[in-house]
Amino acid sequence: MSVLVYTESENGKFKKNAFEAASYAKEVASLLGTSAIAITFNAHDNESLGENGISKVLKVSNEQLKTFNAKAFASVIAQAVEKENAKVVIVSSSADTKFMVPILAARLKAGYAPNVVAAPESIEPFTVKRTAFSNKGFAHTQINTDIKIVGVSNNAFGQIENKVDIEIEDFSPNIDDSSFLMKSIEVDKVVGKATIADADIVVSGGRGLKGPENWGMIEELAEVLGAATACSKPVSDLGWRPHGEHVGQTGKPVASNLYIAIGISGAIQHLAGVSASKTKVVINTDPEAPFFRAADYGIVGDAFEVVPKLIEKLKDFKAQNT
Amino acid sequence: MKILVCISNVPDTTSKINFADGDTKFDTNGVQFVINPNDEFGLTRAMWFKEKQGSTVHVATVGEVSVEPTLRKALAIGADEAIRINAVPTDGLFVAQQLAEVVKNGQYDLVIAGRESIDYNGGMVPGMLATLLDVNFVNTCIGLEIEEDEEDKVTAIREIDGGKETLATTLPLVVGGQKGLVEESELRIPNMRGIMMARKKALNVVEPIDAIQGTEDKKFEKPAPKGTVKLVDSDKIEELIDLLHNEAKVI
Ligand SMILES: Cc1cc2nc3c(=O)[nH]c(=O)nc-3n(C[C@H](O)[C@H](O)[C@H](O)COP(=O)(O)OP(=O)(O)OC[C@H]3O[C@@H](n4cnc5c(N)ncnc54)[C@H](O)[C@@H]3O)c2cc1C
Ligand SMILES: Nc1ncnc2c1ncn2[C@@H]1O[C@H](COP(=O)(O)O)[C@@H](O)[C@H]1O
Repeated sequence: MSVLVYTESENGKFKKNAFEAASYAKEVASLLGTSAIAITFNAHDNESLGENGISKVLKVSNEQLKTFNAKAFASVIAQAVEKENAKVVIVSSSADTKFMVPILAARLKAGYAPNVVAAPESIEPFTVKRTAFSNKGFAHTQINTDIKIVGVSNNAFGQIENKVDIEIEDFSPNIDDSSFLMKSIEVDKVVGKATIADADIVVSGGRGLKGPENWGMIEELAEVLGAATACSKPVSDLGWRPHGEHVGQTGKPVASNLYIAIGISGAIQHLAGVSASKTKVVINTDPEAPFFRAADYGIVGDAFEVVPKLIEKLKDFKAQNT
Repeated sequence: MKILVCISNVPDTTSKINFADGDTKFDTNGVQFVINPNDEFGLTRAMWFKEKQGSTVHVATVGEVSVEPTLRKALAIGADEAIRINAVPTDGLFVAQQLAEVVKNGQYDLVIAGRESIDYNGGMVPGMLATLLDVNFVNTCIGLEIEEDEEDKVTAIREIDGGKETLATTLPLVVGGQKGLVEESELRIPNMRGIMMARKKALNVVEPIDAIQGTEDKKFEKPAPKGTVKLVDSDKIEELIDLLHNEAKVI
């Protein structure tokens, strides 16, 4: 019996969520009195997972799996589950992973608890705490099946130092050609920019910014912070910003360490989607804006004055702190 | 083309969320239920296929009798028939197994579900359904064109982190849809004629099959109330930077 974790990488490099998922897997493995095994796809530096308690890596090196394919990845992970007799599978909450896991769960006939925010509350029965109702509540969910899948929320459990000896084993699974029937014709992706799903910091603008021509300062602020840019729903509906930037209950969820909301009122649907972020800062002219009741820090003021000053001060701060 | 739109019946986005029976149940008191927003985009895209390509559109929900007004709304928007699988939808894997049975029996070519329900936020039913049916699957779908000929060629666009990907595939297919399948402005509100017609359309109730119940929500909890916001004077922005660096430790 073991705990298996899918550690996600991009261009060979582990994502931050891979280390969080690994830390979580180690925790579950300790509770179960077993070890945590990772499966990696074309990743470099597999040894680094040992820092977070992984004692064995099943290392997959395969050209066909260089780009993410949900069905093929699910099939490989299912084979690893079988090989290692894994009873608990730990995954992250990235967009690709959320695409893949239901396929894996249906194959394994495994119960799946997504958006989990803490270590299991109990092992027998297996119960975890997860967000539900778009962060308006939590559910304590019991997983009933023999194999259990836990999706760990970003920035919830954290990375835990737990150095162990690590063994790397090459793993050559069967690749099912039917996974590649779906052909990718074109990928249109901004490269080298933080994405809302992965970024530690998200800078978001609302209708208070008056028009798309004023987004220069939002982008500059994001650049200084290494942040992703986002927006409220009306901003994307008005075509000021691309749909992919719309965050909230009906847009992308945000679970960053820092969320900066500029000219956003804080409607219930907006807050529902961003409240999983650890620290929230609001900049708004209206002291009565509902977002101030959901935020940690706030500045009552005009974005057109505050944001340029903030950019300047942050640049000074960065210059001193690097 | 025969299309099934899977509809999840969810609290309106403005709902305050409360729990009842010692926090073991979602409190439906005073809550208005609606078609899950992601499914509304899917249903509207299905209407387009009906009007432009002569498709038949059915809708299905796993739920108790209380979900019927939501199914009637989908009929009023233009779906041809509705199916209610008479069971409490407590787990994604359970729901997917029920829907798989409906899809097999009804021989649908295309199944449109939503990327995620806004209530339990599972985001799992469409992927599980596609896998149980062993058909192609496109998640976070923001564009869908289908050429109906011998090959049934499908061009689908899916949202990915930081962009989008265009895919070529074929029917049968399951998609997990969202805004982008159609625009917000194209969503339809049922009109009087639609509502009248919906009354005469079939709403078939079928009993659930035996299925695995993967998970159970045992207890719920509301988030702890937020402490008060710390306000920083707009002339002292360095204070904010200091708080973010030394107190929150996020920069
Ligand atoms: C079914 C449904 C789903 C929805 N889903 C979402 C969702 O997922 N995400 C989402 O965001 N919304 C969603 N909404 C919309 C939501 O209800 C609000 O309408 C929306 O969030 C408001 O966007 P906003 O804060 O940018 O604009 P507004 O509400 O117009 O707020 C603008 C704010 O900017 C401030 N402001 C004005 N000028 C300045 C200035 N110079 N400097 C600083 N501040 C200034 C104002 O005081 C105000 O607070 C949904 C609505 C519905 C009905
Ligand atoms: N009870 C249900 N009945 C029918 N379809 C559902 C049900 N629950 C979820 N779905 C479909 O699956 C999608 C994703 O739901 P979920 O996996 O619950 O987040 C929804 O948008 C619906 O299309």
